[in-house]
Amino acid sequence: MEVFATALPALNDAFAMILQPHVIGFLILGVVMGLCIGVFPGLGGIAGLSLLLPFMFGMEPVTGLALMIGMVAVVPTSDTFASVLMGIPGSSASQATVLDGFPMAKKGQAARALSAAFASSLFGGLVGAAFLTVFILAARPIVLLFQTPELLMITIFGLSMVGILAGRVALKGLVAACLGILVGTIGEGASSGALRMSTYDMPYLVDGLKLVIVGLGIFAIPEIIALLRRDKAISDRAPLGGGWAAGVKDWWANKWLSMRCSLIGVVVGVIPGLGGSVVDWIAYGHTVQTAKDKSQFGSGDVRGVIGPESSNNAKEGGGLVPTLLFGIPGSGSMAIFISAVALLGTGSIEVGPSMLKNNLDFTYAIVWLLALANVVGTLICIGASGGIAKLTEIRFALLAPFLFMIIAFAAFQSRQEIWDLVALFGIGLLGIMMRRFDWSRPAFLIGFVLSAPAERYTNQAYQIAASRFRRGFDEGIEYIFSPIVIVLIIITLLSVVIGLRQAKNIQAEGSVAAGNKRAPLVFLLAITAYIALAYWNSAVIPDFARMDRVFPVFVATVALVGCALLIVQMIRSDETAPIFADREAEEAEDNVHGLWATLAWFASLLIASAVVGFILALAGFLLLFIRIRAGKSWGYAAAYTAAGIAFICAMAWTLNRDFPPGLLQSYVDLPWPLT
Amino acid sequence: MLKKTLGALALTTALVATHAAADGHQIDLSGKTVEWIIPFSETGGSAKWANFYAPLLSEALPGNPTVVVTFNPGAGSTKGANAFQEMSYEDGTTIFGSSGSTQFPYLLSDPRVRYEYSDWNVVLASGTGGVAYLPADLAGQLGDGGDATPLAGEDFIYGSQGATRLDLVPLLAWEMLGLAVEPVFGIEGRGDGRLMFERGEANIDYQTSSSFLSGVTPLVEAGTAVPWFSFGALDADGNIVRDPTFPDMPTFKEICEATAGCETSGEQWDAWKAFFVAGFPAQKMVFLPAGAPDNAIATFTEAFAAIQERADFAEISEARLGVYPQLTGDAAKTAMASATDVPQEAKDFVINWLSERYGVVLQ
Repeated sequence: MEVFATALPALNDAFAMILQPHVIGFLILGVVMGLCIGVFPGLGGIAGLSLLLPFMFGMEPVTGLALMIGMVAVVPTSDTFASVLMGIPGSSASQATVLDGFPMAKKGQAARALSAAFASSLFGGLVGAAFLTVFILAARPIVLLFQTPELLMITIFGLSMVGILAGRVALKGLVAACLGILVGTIGEGASSGALRMSTYDMPYLVDGLKLVIVGLGIFAIPEIIALLRRDKAISDRAPLGGGWAAGVKDWWANKWLSMRCSLIGVVVGVIPGLGGSVVDWIAYGHTVQTAKDKSQFGSGDVRGVIGPESSNNAKEGGGLVPTLLFGIPGSGSMAIFISAVALLGTGSIEVGPSMLKNNLDFTYAIVWLLALANVVGTLICIGASGGIAKLTEIRFALLAPFLFMIIAFAAFQSRQEIWDLVALFGIGLLGIMMRRFDWSRPAFLIGFVLSAPAERYTNQAYQIAASRFRRGFDEGIEYIFSPIVIVLIIITLLSVVIGLRQAKNIQAEGSVAAGNKRAPLVFLLAITAYIALAYWNSAVIPDFARMDRVFPVFVATVALVGCALLIVQMIRSDETAPIFADREAEEAEDNVHGLWATLAWFASLLIASAVVGFILALAGFLLLFIRIRAGKSWGYAAAYTAAGIAFICAMAWTLNRDFPPGLLQSYVDLPWPLT
Repeated sequence: MLKKTLGALALTTALVATHAAADGHQIDLSGKTVEWIIPFSETGGSAKWANFYAPLLSEALPGNPTVVVTFNPGAGSTKGANAFQEMSYEDGTTIFGSSGSTQFPYLLSDPRVRYEYSDWNVVLASGTGGVAYLPADLAGQLGDGGDATPLAGEDFIYGSQGATRLDLVPLLAWEMLGLAVEPVFGIEGRGDGRLMFERGEANIDYQTSSSFLSGVTPLVEAGTAVPWFSFGALDADGNIVRDPTFPDMPTFKEICEATAGCETSGEQWDAWKAFFVAGFPAQKMVFLPAGAPDNAIATFTEAFAAIQERADFAEISEARLGVYPQLTGDAAKTAMASATDVPQEAKDFVINWLSERYGVVLQ
């Protein structure tokens, strides 16, 4: 009761702070800016907040908070546009939304999917804020209960979602996930700094691949290429009536699902060290497991949109707990948020353990500004969704160069090297092949995302447990098998059993016909070869760095066993078996352009960038693509090119970014943006 | 005392710089954008430091240029530093912010290092300190004056970012005190180390001064953490004295003297001190690229000195930077020299210790 005696006045103060016209004004300004940035895949809160930082110094605290929170809160709302309309995961928070959202857009239900997503986002954000208002007072001791074994179990629980998303041939899903994990281990090991699948001669790989590049490469590139080859609009039929109202009705019909997924979002978001990357997959898994009719998942079930979208905005609220109470940022944007808060006013707000005691009113102000930003952002998005959804009716050949330009720019923000584009292209090629042969791309991505935490927590839990066991057997057991761990183990086992039993019914990426035997076998052998190489590469890591060896060797061993079984199955099965799925056969009549001819366009953009720099290469690419591939007049192509270049330059100038330079730039000094 | 001495020194250099500028040798940056390159990600301590200074620098530079902080992370900052080495002075619109993690690989002859500090022109050197702390029950077992001998049998766990990073300084300190500390590697920042301590998984930890003030002080007040020692600070003669931010806390040197097995002389001590000096009293520095003319150096030196003369500087910097000298001019040069010029014996000792104790081979 004593707690409430301090909480209620603080809550009151917080509302008094928020509900001032100029504060609301700055919040709306932040929301609009956040929406503009979030719409572009790969650019998220980090880019936006960096933009605001210079203005924060000495700003009145609550106004500055309103501006920043307005921006951060709506990024997971607006990145839904890219996920649903283009099949591009806008950020790690909306990867799972792609699975059902994009098929809905293809079926002409883009507006419905969008408004269902936004309604869920709004609800999730509000549930998150309400939950936090009470929970934040008791959060510290609860969060501290999550020690390394608990974190490891949550990671494993996240990985168990692979079971549901594995596709028709479960073994292929397992191997895909292992491959994702192995790609995630590329670079310097976290423990002893041993190199995996990289050398100091190629510094790019030493730091590993970034999620932006892998996410865009594995989902976005294959979809763009596939759509281009069909040479139609994204939506293959006329838009259905009802529009946004239908989506809101869908959400209302599934409000309890939305509630459960919101709570999943806020609870997982609270735990420092994991947060964002798994939430949407866990929510998607939960959605599928609790649904009665599972046949439509992956080909456009609106529940597959409502689940993840409810969780990802709630997660932002949950993520405030580690940020505000422990001073430990739950994500990159939260890290900038912390440093920006310190610039506000006279620096009186200090994020960290003393936040609750000294600044409870500000804590509540932040929580409810977040909720309010969600409301404002959602209303704007729902209002805009009908219009933006019309993008799916445009002929794709006109949309694709523009999309590719933005994706390349976003990928380049990862490390600001030309290698970013090479990596994007390489992963994109892998994505195209996985899509073609029906290897689960979600499973790959889950593996990639959870690779680093899985390895880190395994090693740390092992080390700490060993030290506890040295002190006493009981102490060790108590550490490893805490009540939370036991509950998580039970949930994970249930999830795997249920998942495997139902995986055959759930085709996360639609059904695929089988083609001939040779191509799928060649792809399987190529994957096996890579995994074998990764196995050998990590097996030779010397003993003093064994902590960096164990994990990749273990994962590669599992994957190799899986590959061997698959090869045996392939030899035994006849060529109509699902294991030989080949989308080239499925889509043969739709495709008007060849795969390699389409890819060559993008390869030439990449090569030209390496020679004359990104902007010059892009100008040539846009002009020729629109003229030759899209078949428009030279005048149209020139106008398109000018608009595209002007747009990308304006964006880079606002965000204060450069473009990839080429060989030319190392000989000649050119003015920006050609540098 | 130290603070005052160094402060006076900084002021003097600033005055000298002002005179140089008054002769019309200042560069004008109006309408330009100064790019401040940080070789780390947006989320680290260097980002906070640069973000703190950037708006102030913009006000202090002649012509009030826009100052933007850009990030070029990779390979623990060696990538960004190598890239800066390639640049040459153009018009004073590029500056670089290094940190202890840039200094250590340089000192340890990491094969990836292609940069040379002596080519660059230092215009600011910011110091910091560090505090080691223990859980209350273990702190209660300490002997007189913080004597570590009673803790010799304890099994310590320490969350570490890597033995070749700044953590080298505390790791070597634990070892000199005779503690059996097992570092758990792979944590992403010192904040995660503190969280591990709060969860009861780690039972020894250290934080840099500003993180200690904001993150650990509440734990100390709650009785769950007890500060043990600070690493100390340097006086004008290069002696380790009490940290001005924590004048009531003994330094590591005092603890070492109180502990029977620990020596404050000899090659181990010299190596520890050399790396402490390289890592803390001049942890973060701002450089102009190779070939910068004197008037450009004077312009930036004066700007950084002017920032410290602001009436509100003490107030706004205390929480962000702690009470540490922010050196400019000759004082910064001296600090840089002592931070980047470690005796060969100290380097050899540490390289050997890293390979024997942690199997880290710097090929």
